[in-house]
Amino acid sequence: MAETINEIYDVVVIGGGVVGCAVLRELSRYELKILLLEKEADLAEGISKGNSGVIHAGFNVPSGSLKAKTNVAGLELIYDLAGELGVPHRKTGKLVVALADEDRPRLEELKAEGDRSGVPGLEIVDGAAIRRLEPLARGRWALYSPHTGIISPYELTIALAECAWQNGAEVRLEAPVESVGFAGGLFILSTPKGAFAARRVVNSAGLFSAEVARLAGIEDYRIFPYRGEYLITDKDCGLRLAMPVYPVPPRDDPGLGIHITPTLEGNIILGPSADPVDDGRDLASTRAVTTRLKAEAARLMPELAGVPFIHSYAGIRPKLVDPSGKDKFGDFIVEESRMRPGWINLVGIESPGLTAAPALAEMVVALIGARMDLRPKTGFDPERPLMRRFAALDDDKREGRVATDADWGEMVCRCEQVTRAEVTAALRNPFGARTLDAIKRRTRCGMGRCQGGFCTPRIVEILQDEGVPIEGITKRGGASRLFYGRLKGEA
Amino acid sequence: MTGPVETCDVAVIGGGPAGLAAALGARRAGAGTVLLVERERTLGGILNQCVHDGFGLFLYNETLSGPEYAERLIEDVVREPIKVATGAMVLDLAPDRVLKVNSRAGYRLVRAGAVVLAMGCRERTREMIEIPGTRPAGIFTAGSAQNLVNLQNLRIGREIVILGSGDIGLIMARRLTFEGLAVKSVFEILPWPSGLERNVRQCLMDFGIPLELGSTVVEIRGRDRIESVVVAKVDDRLTPVAGTERVIPCDTLLLSVGLIPENELSKRAGVELSPLTGGAVVDETLMTSVPGVFSCGNVLHIHDVADRASFEGFVAGESAARHAAGEKAAGATVRVAAGPNIKYALPQLLTAGRAGVEWSFRVGCPVRDVRVEVRGRTSGKVYARRKFSRLLPSELQKIKVTAAVEEDIEVGCHE
Repeated sequence: MAETINEIYDVVVIGGGVVGCAVLRELSRYELKILLLEKEADLAEGISKGNSGVIHAGFNVPSGSLKAKTNVAGLELIYDLAGELGVPHRKTGKLVVALADEDRPRLEELKAEGDRSGVPGLEIVDGAAIRRLEPLARGRWALYSPHTGIISPYELTIALAECAWQNGAEVRLEAPVESVGFAGGLFILSTPKGAFAARRVVNSAGLFSAEVARLAGIEDYRIFPYRGEYLITDKDCGLRLAMPVYPVPPRDDPGLGIHITPTLEGNIILGPSADPVDDGRDLASTRAVTTRLKAEAARLMPELAGVPFIHSYAGIRPKLVDPSGKDKFGDFIVEESRMRPGWINLVGIESPGLTAAPALAEMVVALIGARMDLRPKTGFDPERPLMRRFAALDDDKREGRVATDADWGEMVCRCEQVTRAEVTAALRNPFGARTLDAIKRRTRCGMGRCQGGFCTPRIVEILQDEGVPIEGITKRGGASRLFYGRLKGEA
Repeated sequence: MTGPVETCDVAVIGGGPAGLAAALGARRAGAGTVLLVERERTLGGILNQCVHDGFGLFLYNETLSGPEYAERLIEDVVREPIKVATGAMVLDLAPDRVLKVNSRAGYRLVRAGAVVLAMGCRERTREMIEIPGTRPAGIFTAGSAQNLVNLQNLRIGREIVILGSGDIGLIMARRLTFEGLAVKSVFEILPWPSGLERNVRQCLMDFGIPLELGSTVVEIRGRDRIESVVVAKVDDRLTPVAGTERVIPCDTLLLSVGLIPENELSKRAGVELSPLTGGAVVDETLMTSVPGVFSCGNVLHIHDVADRASFEGFVAGESAARHAAGEKAAGATVRVAAGPNIKYALPQLLTAGRAGVEWSFRVGCPVRDVRVEVRGRTSGKVYARRKFSRLLPSELQKIKVTAAVEEDIEVGCHE
């Protein structure tokens, strides 16, 4: 090892998605020196940003599986956790609707599976009850799950990391692990940001978890990426959806079927599709799927026909089942490597990984605690103060904010009504994430109907005021630069 | 905060070409206190980033740049006792004309005797026209690019493809060429240009930039920064034709694919909007369906030139002042429909018996040697007729009826 290693960490977590950040936060309860390495320029840049944002109850996965266990256990934890961390969320309930009588047995199967896993409160309801629960939904029968909810997955991810940071954890962005060495009982993780030594490693690298394991010589895993495309409506589309509405899961669909999900802000999300792709980084949208999403949504909810969409996005599921194979179900893998003791792999954490994350984090800490002394940290603070968005404040509070700090009086984003104070606060996040997408995820600038048309020039100004050079302004880090310097006065 | 702490006779929302004129119009018609609210740090609106000329031909009989045109109006505004709030954004407008205004100077509520909506428009985005592909950096709407280039002196790319032949896109094609950037081509899905003819000539043809009609971008490629676009011909239903795809390497895609009146505040106030214009339904005084709320400029309908937005602003401002002074409107009952090949005609409502009203209209597709007529829907009577040797969808046209109208009418384009 030619590189100098300054610090030895008790645990290094690889991957800043919701699972990695949940692990980091759980570890920050103990007297440990911990670090999270993320290859991208912000957290939640992979699987954790491209999903439906649903807190699952746990009836979609086979009882007895790790997916079911961690989902049901995660459901018990996640609402309180979101409350502690000041992450917007809502227990909405959910409907899985059968449009025809012949699909009712499928609902019964789902309910039975859920009951076996200990999912609380499931019931089969009739068409009238469907309309009462969700006036936009229709169907002959539905499985109603009262404890399902919605949450912003990237806000949860960021909040987990910030809470961990408040409790002493470190986070390095743009630090992909490029090689793994072994010296004196330590793992040596080499990144462009330097080498880091770790007594324990948690590989929660999501789509790249198999690759990262391979760096450590662990050849056990293969991931099959499945792309899911989504469409999202304007908040002003005229429809207010109370809860997620799912179809009876199609037998040939590797996902849960194209469903309709509300966001906390009032948009409606359609999707996702589920198509195997060669490259797990291929987040392109396709015309064929867009057409399919619209058709399927209109079948489930005719009011959605012709509704305007303001954005599309795509996410990737890191599946463990070969699309050409017979197996349809692959369970989560959470295990300490036998070949590399002290190295813990989390592989194939797809849906319901968001809900399961807090439970997965507890599992990982238990694995670490089995062979390492974990002493609870005095003064661990489980809370992260909620910073209420300006747009959500009443007139008195708004007046007060602006009177205290004029930056609350400067509107940057028109559509989502975001102030300069909020943009500046986002830019000064503890991890140094300063991309446009990082600001977007923290403030909603650019998430509205103009899609950044107005606020981007303003944010570019603010970034420069905060000391970011023109060439350093990017959409999401790496080569995603916005500008090639200035026009006049420069070569 | 217990309620509005401030009042004014007329509040104008937006300080661009329409709003500036509206504030002046309100003063001219005798409004005592006029408040002009502008969200940017300076008055002028989008004019400030329009460094090209061609403004003022109708209002001042000379050709000015955007900032020069704005300056003329601003000089007049500052001479008047008009209260100007810049860096101030109206966040909410209630039907009883209470505005919530936020600025660095404070958050306040204002009750206005009348309100003029002059918020302008926003640009259609890549998502609205659903271009498939990746989401890299390097995709800009033409107006955002104009801001970044003209106001912030930023090099937004090196090899540019422009989708859409709206005026801002055409202007930017020339602007970027001047700056030494390579503008490869402009693609327009329709069989005719969306922008003004003079812009096609002066911004593209004069610089040898190809304009490919009946073509569109069908895919965006590149993960971090855009690397290429795939373009294809479209059929007469505007559907891409398989087999006509071409890959065009570029690092920047500019979109000039249409403007949308920005009526979020209008909606909050309960203003009825027209699906044809995207703006408010108004009568000949430019009053909307909400009494005391008026609309003008690009928030009412998309204009071809700024001067016409200003003309509308004067009218809306004057009407607002009269309303604030207590002048009662009779109630517009005559309905005005868009007839054959007319995309829309504005105003959509008319006070019965009113004479001398002028309509703005646009045609749906280019035509030659036609008569545009205003006809009575019941009587079939022709109230006005105007011959045109050519009409283009990019141009806003006018037709005036001198007589009084008592019945529902239709503006139509006839062979």
